[in-house]
Amino acid sequence: MATIAAPVERRGLLARPVAPRGIWAWVTTVDAKQIGILYGATAFIFFLIGGTEALLMRTQLAVPNANVVGPGTFNALFTMHGTTMIFMVVMPLSAAFFNYIVPLQIGARDVAFPRLNAFSYWVFLSGGLLMHFGFLIQQVPDVGWFAYANLTENAFSQRGVDFWVVGLQVLGVGSLAAGFNFLVTIINLRAPGLTLMRMPLFTWTTFITSILIVLAFPVITIALVELMFDRLFGANFFNTANGGDPILWQHLFWVFGHPEVYILILPAMGIVSEIVPVFSRKPLFGYPFMVYAVASIAFLSFTVWAHHMFTTGLGPIAASFFAASTMLIAVPTGIKIFNWISTVYGGSVRLNTPHLFALGFIAMFTIGGLSGVMHASPPVDTQQQDTYFVVAHFHYVLFGGSVLALFGGIYYWFPKITGRFLGEGLGQLNFWLMMIGFNLTFGPMHFLGVDGMPRRIFTYPAEMGWGLWNLVSTIGAYAIGLSVLVFIANVSKSLRAGERAGSDPWDGRTLEWSISSPPPHYNFATIPVVHGRDAFWLEKYPELEGHAAAAPDERRDRTAAHDAGEAHGHIHVPDPSYWPIATAAGILVAGTGVLFAMPLLPVGLFVVLVGVVGWSMEPVNG
Amino acid sequence: MEHVAALPAQAHVGETSTGLNSRKVLMWAFLGSDCMLFGSLIGTYLVYRGNYPSGPKPSDVFDIPYTSVSAFALLMSSLAMVLALAAIQRGDIRRLKIWLLCVAGLGLVFIGGQVYEFTTFGSEGLNLTTATFGSSFFTLTGFHGTHVTFGIVWLLMLWMLAARGQMTQARSLDVEIAGLYWHFVDIVWIIIFTVVYLIPAI
Repeated sequence: MATIAAPVERRGLLARPVAPRGIWAWVTTVDAKQIGILYGATAFIFFLIGGTEALLMRTQLAVPNANVVGPGTFNALFTMHGTTMIFMVVMPLSAAFFNYIVPLQIGARDVAFPRLNAFSYWVFLSGGLLMHFGFLIQQVPDVGWFAYANLTENAFSQRGVDFWVVGLQVLGVGSLAAGFNFLVTIINLRAPGLTLMRMPLFTWTTFITSILIVLAFPVITIALVELMFDRLFGANFFNTANGGDPILWQHLFWVFGHPEVYILILPAMGIVSEIVPVFSRKPLFGYPFMVYAVASIAFLSFTVWAHHMFTTGLGPIAASFFAASTMLIAVPTGIKIFNWISTVYGGSVRLNTPHLFALGFIAMFTIGGLSGVMHASPPVDTQQQDTYFVVAHFHYVLFGGSVLALFGGIYYWFPKITGRFLGEGLGQLNFWLMMIGFNLTFGPMHFLGVDGMPRRIFTYPAEMGWGLWNLVSTIGAYAIGLSVLVFIANVSKSLRAGERAGSDPWDGRTLEWSISSPPPHYNFATIPVVHGRDAFWLEKYPELEGHAAAAPDERRDRTAAHDAGEAHGHIHVPDPSYWPIATAAGILVAGTGVLFAMPLLPVGLFVVLVGVVGWSMEPVNG
Repeated sequence: MEHVAALPAQAHVGETSTGLNSRKVLMWAFLGSDCMLFGSLIGTYLVYRGNYPSGPKPSDVFDIPYTSVSAFALLMSSLAMVLALAAIQRGDIRRLKIWLLCVAGLGLVFIGGQVYEFTTFGSEGLNLTTATFGSSFFTLTGFHGTHVTFGIVWLLMLWMLAARGQMTQARSLDVEIAGLYWHFVDIVWIIIFTVVYLIPAI
């Protein structure tokens, strides 16, 4: 499809691939839509892995004194479950939507740096693999997803930590590259007329999330480098024997870690802000407040990190500051919740699967948000620290929040991506099973936490009286597992024989619904001109919005241009490239070298160097 | 039909929403990100700089006049960078080549100075494993040195392109973006030099 009118001079280390087929088309693709599908499929595989780890833990905890897995395995399970779900499931699933949907919503042909985008995906995959290489030699990371010092020093831990340190650094490189790319894309590739305050909310949350990624990931990178230097070269950053301070790790980790939770939730809020107006057939209530709320949440997210550290003894002044800033975040968050509810209120509500997931998100996220405000109070937090109450809280925001919204996003955009609907019956079954299973799993954890059950214990004696709620929780977890099987069935059925969806199956409001499903390789034959918020809605119903715009003419022009573009193949899209995957492979080899055989490290770095040089010498035609 | 074919090309290759070049925006975003990177390193150093129970103290090893000279070389390289950019914007490729070599050369003076400094400190008993002062000092200055080295390689690649006649006035943006990076690395050194060398000496 990458056709160009005039032949270009091809120089460089490798000829640029032209219209590859089959697996090579995926390996060399720089098309954001294909990269989005790669992100989504890979993240779903990691979701199944992380989910299996969760089910193993729940099986072990179902009854007192169970012996399904031992304490060491249990440590590895909760570490890998947390790390996987955060860095290899929720972030890349969000990235899948950034890739597929954002260019369509802003009327662009691709992202600002298509090859960098492919590089981000391959680096993400490399990081995920490096993190899991520990399974090959039975040395799995087992120090918790926040890997508190000084448990992670050589003296107190095994080689699993190395896989965590190296894998997470590589994942960070992929996330940073993607963050930069979407930041620049949204700043610079908006269609004419698409001013910032006309951007769809999902584009806004992608924009703000990218800023958070760009500013938060360098901090964890430095923390990981320091830990790696401790482990590999005998540095003393967290070695208490030589003056290292374990609290420094906590500060660096949470300066990253708290923005990170908003990196996980803001895209989900963006998805919900897209779904709710469409299925309520009303514009998003209080659009400017929604935008400012997202921006304030992002700003405040850098001022609250130490609320994870109240029990380290920060002193009354620091504790008061972080308590106040944490409570302040409830204000913009509350604004968002009330605005979603006000959007539904008085609308022509369609309760189909995507909308159910979005509404489920609002309810569950509110519960998780309320227990979050409780943790803002240092004395309350001191009671709850490291109990199951905290586990309940963050699963209500991360599963009840992020995961429900991401599933909603899949049901909402699946027709755009594949041209077919997901089954509504199976969809509703999926939703209700997941919703009920979720509440059965994590609701009782509130009680267990208040009852004093610590997190991260592999078993408990019967006399503690925690048996009943643990059993309920385990039953709920299996219901969630069942709902995921229903989802898989739904997707595989729809891919083969799903009901055909037109270009605009939901009567959508944003530009992605103005082009065919699935969209052509080049997205838009002519770049649309935007006249207001909800650009496509305005174009379809100018009279409803009181606009006597020239939209119908433009629309006719675009259809004509679309046909012309198809017929003449004049549309300029970037060619595929070998360099993104080659450069990422260098990083994978270098990481493997650090973990298994140091001589591989220079080899990997050399491949990266060749990759970067080849990349920059590749003839640029997009 | 003619205008139909013309539209897409203009939409992707030419104008951006802000009128700013995307690569330039990318560099600014990267520099913002790099601030957090150096901020974390400097923060770590500030926490640990007073901890040298067994190894040498900062005042035992730091030779401030010596480091001032190499810092001066690095600062002067920024002046040469400005002149290199001015040269290519005028289309003066001969002077572009001279100034690019000058920037890279002054950068090499700085890196040479750092290598010598690290070696001397090592022989005086300060290294990465010497308490937390050593760990945080070498990691912070080492990260900065790596940034400078990367910049030198980049500038030499630009010089090579210029020597092969591939740098024209139209590509002045390539030099400008490299310049943004170079100036940033310089400014970071001003902060590191102050925090690490000068403040403990007062």
